[in-house]
Amino acid sequence: MEMELARSAALARKWERAKRLWYKFSRNPLSIVGLVTVLLIGFIAAFAPFISPYPKHASGYVNFSEASKPPSLKHPLGTDVFGRDVLSRIFFGYRFSLMMGVVVLSLVVPPGVTLGLLAGYLKGTWVDTFIMRITDIFVAIPPLVLALAVASVLTPSVFNAMMAVSLMWWPWYCRMVYGIASSLRNEFFVQAAEVTGASRWHILFREILPNCYAPIFTKMSLDMGWVILIGSALSFVGLGAQPPTPDLGTMLADGAKYMPDQWWIAVFPALAIMIVVLGFNLLGDGIRDMLEVEEV
Amino acid sequence: MRLLIFLARRLGYSIFVLLGLSILVFLIARVMPGDPARMAMGPRAPEWVVERFRTEMHLDKPLYVQYYYWLRDALQGKFGLSIYTRRDVSQDIGEFFPATMELALFAGIIMGVFGIVLGVVSARYANSWIDNSVRVITYMGVVTPAYVFAILFLLLFGYVLNLLPTTGRLSPGVPAPPTRTGLVTLDSLLAGNFTAFFDALKHLIMPGIALALGGLSQEARITRASITENLQRDFIALERSQAIPERVIMSKYLLKLSLIPTVSILGLDFASLLGNAFLVEMIFNWPGMSRYGIHAMLTKDLNAIVAVIMIFGVIFITVNIIVDLVVSWLDPRIRLGAERAK
Amino acid sequence: MAEALLEIRELHIGFEVYGGTLKVLNGVDLMVREGEKVGLVGETGCGKTTTAKSTLRILPMPPARISRGEILFRGADILKMGPKEIRRVQGQGISMIFQDPTAALNPVFTIGEQLMDAIRYSNSQEALGRREIRARAIQALKDVALPDPERILECYPIQLSGGMRQRVCIAMAIATEAELLIADEPTTSLDVTIQAQVLRLLGNLVQEKEASTILITHSLGIVREWTDRVYVMYAGGMVEAAKTREIFARPLHPYTQLLMRAVPKLTGEGIAEGIPGRIPDYLNPPPGCRFHPRCPYAMPICAQERPPFFPRGEDHQVACFLYKG
Repeated sequence: MEMELARSAALARKWERAKRLWYKFSRNPLSIVGLVTVLLIGFIAAFAPFISPYPKHASGYVNFSEASKPPSLKHPLGTDVFGRDVLSRIFFGYRFSLMMGVVVLSLVVPPGVTLGLLAGYLKGTWVDTFIMRITDIFVAIPPLVLALAVASVLTPSVFNAMMAVSLMWWPWYCRMVYGIASSLRNEFFVQAAEVTGASRWHILFREILPNCYAPIFTKMSLDMGWVILIGSALSFVGLGAQPPTPDLGTMLADGAKYMPDQWWIAVFPALAIMIVVLGFNLLGDGIRDMLEVEEV
Repeated sequence: MRLLIFLARRLGYSIFVLLGLSILVFLIARVMPGDPARMAMGPRAPEWVVERFRTEMHLDKPLYVQYYYWLRDALQGKFGLSIYTRRDVSQDIGEFFPATMELALFAGIIMGVFGIVLGVVSARYANSWIDNSVRVITYMGVVTPAYVFAILFLLLFGYVLNLLPTTGRLSPGVPAPPTRTGLVTLDSLLAGNFTAFFDALKHLIMPGIALALGGLSQEARITRASITENLQRDFIALERSQAIPERVIMSKYLLKLSLIPTVSILGLDFASLLGNAFLVEMIFNWPGMSRYGIHAMLTKDLNAIVAVIMIFGVIFITVNIIVDLVVSWLDPRIRLGAERAK
Repeated sequence: MAEALLEIRELHIGFEVYGGTLKVLNGVDLMVREGEKVGLVGETGCGKTTTAKSTLRILPMPPARISRGEILFRGADILKMGPKEIRRVQGQGISMIFQDPTAALNPVFTIGEQLMDAIRYSNSQEALGRREIRARAIQALKDVALPDPERILECYPIQLSGGMRQRVCIAMAIATEAELLIADEPTTSLDVTIQAQVLRLLGNLVQEKEASTILITHSLGIVREWTDRVYVMYAGGMVEAAKTREIFARPLHPYTQLLMRAVPKLTGEGIAEGIPGRIPDYLNPPPGCRFHPRCPYAMPICAQERPPFFPRGEDHQVACFLYKG
């Protein structure tokens, strides 16, 4: 009985907390717009084969009798030069975009955060110098240029594009976490843990890391948009996804060749990229308000 | 004196970063799959030719020896042969670099000037319809990739309205001015050729603005935020209490302080501008280094790739040094803090 | 009796915030006579600084909003002045010394730049020459006993210590020869060791320049040593006003009495008593007398009406129904 009461009290507290978070998030209506956009894109990506008008058009389908048709009821966003439905290809394109974002961030965040924690906690030692000077080198060149260079020496493919983007993205997490960790290392709770003989692993991941969750989480939601953008840029120049893969960047590059007469082939994928980046940015801003993160 | 020490430290650090970058790029170019000698000679070259090339280029030696030779040549400005153009890479870069320089400078100036102006206007008329529209527009500017802007501009201003030229640096039929700086706008001005100047300027507008918009929007947002924040500070209240006219407070006391974060981020914004130039040059057929770099990347022209990246590294670091200098000029806390730390 | 230099009547100021209005000032009355040194005492957050800033019209509006009241400077209402007149008051009428000199100095301009601009724009009648301005700036720095004023003019705030920064702020305030000096807790942010120095300096300068002064503080010790007359403020309103000697001898308002008892005594009679309860919520302040929820003598009327000032003897007023009639 008592335990049940305690449990329901804990549940009520959690519910209160969630309500407060939601209040802070939803104060700005744009955050909701962002959330809805992202959810909608997620839904489209997950169910692309079922909701696309022409799921077959996602790959190497060719039908020249329907080629280069402007937007109509049959093809709301028109068809490309191979007669493929642009709307269906955008739906499938979102699959690659989201996959790009998720894979890159899950490859990048754990090592970046770990190195940042380590360097920050051991500030002033050779570990700090070594790690942070390496990040200096990585951030000394425009990120897109480095990603392009790495992608160029690999075989162009979606997978290798992800590798290339990952390789240049981790330093930013490392630097952010480094800033927090190096300011926390002299806090009482860290010193207390040191005095009680806690292991370094415990101090890094149980004491310091939880204080970095809010900025990490906020940065991740903002970065989803940027990773997708860079991924599509790689495809755009031909160093990422290869045709006939329905990647938004590839579609944009193809369409650009047929401007201005068949403008819809390029313009709609361009808008699709804009919408996904906008959605994740609005969502990220909302999460920032919700978690009260200063600046990421 | 203080400035010299600051510069010396900054330069020393830059050299370190550039060395690191060169190792990184060298590793990327050499460790990745593929035989550089075979790639350089082409698939149909006989084995003995490839072998000779390998020995000549020290490709049979351990990596660190290769790096030594590469660095020795690179320091003399020799980056090897380009497979794509069959010429010395440094010669290629000398030819393509000015076009990129011109575009990046043009875009960078638009970014800095209009970003700050928009931010100040937005803060000055905070919460009015002007401010609100600037905020919406700059938000869109931040989240829209430069190449999307490029394509939309191309369609709208290039094709539909037919206002601006869509490819290259000069229209066919307009004779290029004699090359002095390599920047066509400047060269034509120097030659007193205004037809060429305005033609070149017209060619710059679309790619330049497409490149500038992202950074411009960010600068505007940061400027607005920092002005509104500083307006709440005590010293502004004190200055107002001293009968100092509002225009003096705004244009002198508030502006200098509020520009510090804006200028600090200019370096990063310029970096992404350079990165985006890779795509935008392609869209507008701009005969610059980025387009050359993309060609190199698509054909795995390793010497050219490495050289292009190193040049971008040098530009980026130079820009950052300039930004640091401006920031330390604006902000005595940095200048004097550095002195104290020493 | 000297003429009133500044007179605040029934001043109501609110701050518009998310979810309502913070009713920060609730009918403030205050009067400073020429040549008088007036103390303004109260807990942190009771509206002392807001009162001070309103006299110079430097409250950020919005969010601040003045809903009622008047601020008379030499009989003219500051709140109704046009730009020219208000600048005359700001320039040579009233000067203010802020609580935190570090926040009050612009970090990216030299002391000279800031000090000289303060002098340059203080005189709206005649334009001063560069040399004249510089000479006055140096004189002001000498007045506040800063060594090597020429060098200090070239310094940035970061190069000075906290005490020196506050001396610079005092120099700015006196350089304009203002008639009324408002010092808002001028020593609170300084090291204890130099607080006395700075206060003594300020005291001497006020004496010398014959300026009227409002000294805002929460230290009763400073008030006792320093002022001719005292206003005690609680939660956005004045609760008592009297000659300094009188108020220490015969505090009338329950809040004043509790405040006196809250001061630690040097005689070692045990720990000072705190005042039970908390400063009220300004979003929904208690009706009537704002002190009534904490007041040991609260009566039914206290929760209904706001008590006006009741005169009690010469120059002694108290806003409490205990003293009605």
